[in-house]
Amino acid sequence: MAEFRYTKDHEAIYVDGGVAAVGITAHAQDALGDLVFIELPEVGKTVAKGDEIAVVESVKTAAEVYAPIAGEIIEANDAVVDDLALISNPVNDNGWLVKLKIADESALSDLMDEAAYDAYLKEID
Amino acid sequence: MSRKTSLHSAHIAHGAKMGEFAGYDMPLYYALGVKKEHEWVRENVGLFDVSHMGQVSIKGKGTQEFLERITPSSFEKLGINRTKYTVLTNENGGIIDDLMVTKTAQDEFHLVINAGCKDKDIEWIKSNLPDDLEFTYFDDWSLIALQGTQAEQVMKDVLDIDLSDLPYMGLWLADDHKMFVSRLGYTGEDGFEISIPDDKAEEVWNKLLANDLVEPIGLAARDSLRLEMGYCLYGHDIDSNTTPLEADLSWVMGKNNQGYIGAEKVSQPERKRVGIKLTGKGIAREGAEIRNEADEKIGELSSGGFSPTLDMAIGQGYVPSEYEAAGQKVLINVRGRNIEAEVAKMPFMKAKTKSMKSK
Repeated sequence: MAEFRYTKDHEAIYVDGGVAAVGITAHAQDALGDLVFIELPEVGKTVAKGDEIAVVESVKTAAEVYAPIAGEIIEANDAVVDDLALISNPVNDNGWLVKLKIADESALSDLMDEAAYDAYLKEID
Repeated sequence: MSRKTSLHSAHIAHGAKMGEFAGYDMPLYYALGVKKEHEWVRENVGLFDVSHMGQVSIKGKGTQEFLERITPSSFEKLGINRTKYTVLTNENGGIIDDLMVTKTAQDEFHLVINAGCKDKDIEWIKSNLPDDLEFTYFDDWSLIALQGTQAEQVMKDVLDIDLSDLPYMGLWLADDHKMFVSRLGYTGEDGFEISIPDDKAEEVWNKLLANDLVEPIGLAARDSLRLEMGYCLYGHDIDSNTTPLEADLSWVMGKNNQGYIGAEKVSQPERKRVGIKLTGKGIAREGAEIRNEADEKIGELSSGGFSPTLDMAIGQGYVPSEYEAAGQKVLINVRGRNIEAEVAKMPFMKAKTKSMKSK
């Protein structure tokens, strides 16, 4: 079953068929402001939950994007590096940064669903 | 507890994102956001609260000689109502602070010093001050910068002050001595810094802000604007361990001034502050390693970020003298990855400041 998941670091994840498409939420994009550069990882790398998988740089600062779940990087979205504006699209469209082959799908239950993320945003506001 | 400037509530009311800088709670950016604020200053007029900076004066016969003791500059040719950029040096020739010095009368000078340095500067100046000179700290004065090509027009339209004859680095003084306007800034644009008592600051701020050409600009864009001009940010590009020669500030040094504090320690430097342009993709910030083409570390960036005007990443850093020539290829290491870069002339873009000659 395809579904959206979120982290407290504001990663947005779309899970479909054992693959997680990872990007950053609208909240993260607002906080960063104007983006100037995105750095993506090498495809084929195995990552643990919490490993850095991408860097999104704005005029203000550099923000690391972390693996929300352990797995293997099977795709990096080079199109978003060339056109930074794509990041504002949903992660199940072309706003994703990295696609991970999930090592253990049971770990998905540690991640927030949309209702939980919305509640979290209200809490930190 | 952070200190507040007289305009603190005005920033909050204007929706500023506030943050701590040099012990003050200051506006980092407003609703426009950093990039648009930066571009606004380059195209229109930006208004900055820089009241966190320190304003002091030194007065009395012998002030000029005293200034030539605490800074490496010469002031004999500085006219009344003219300003000079210089640095304070320590016994090792290191830079205690960089500052603006304005001659307001024959034996009277007004100094604008950095917020983060003002306590140590004041202590340093007082500890070296001859007994017959008078030192004053303008603790209850604010400083507002108005920067941009149309700043002169805004000053005329809003405050009815005609500054068309004021040269770059010149000072205009109100008849009641309750407003000092200097034609200078930290952006490379034409513009002014307005010094006024705290109780008048908000009124002037709001009047200027009401003009359609004017937007308030936070410290984040102030930093990217000054970086494009290659200006130093104290504590980053210069500090107590850098000499004026290392910092490439030999132009502030007076040929005839050999007697300033630390002069004997200021010798031909082995390293120099240079501009860096990233020709490869990426952004490098303060602390990033500068490497030579053999991938050996040769220095570090002292400042770095994105230049909205040039649409590329730029920075400043210290490199051994053999690497100081513009065009020298270097690598900047960011998170383990080398980005191609080269040493570049500063400023990175041409300043739009006026002529220093009087009309």
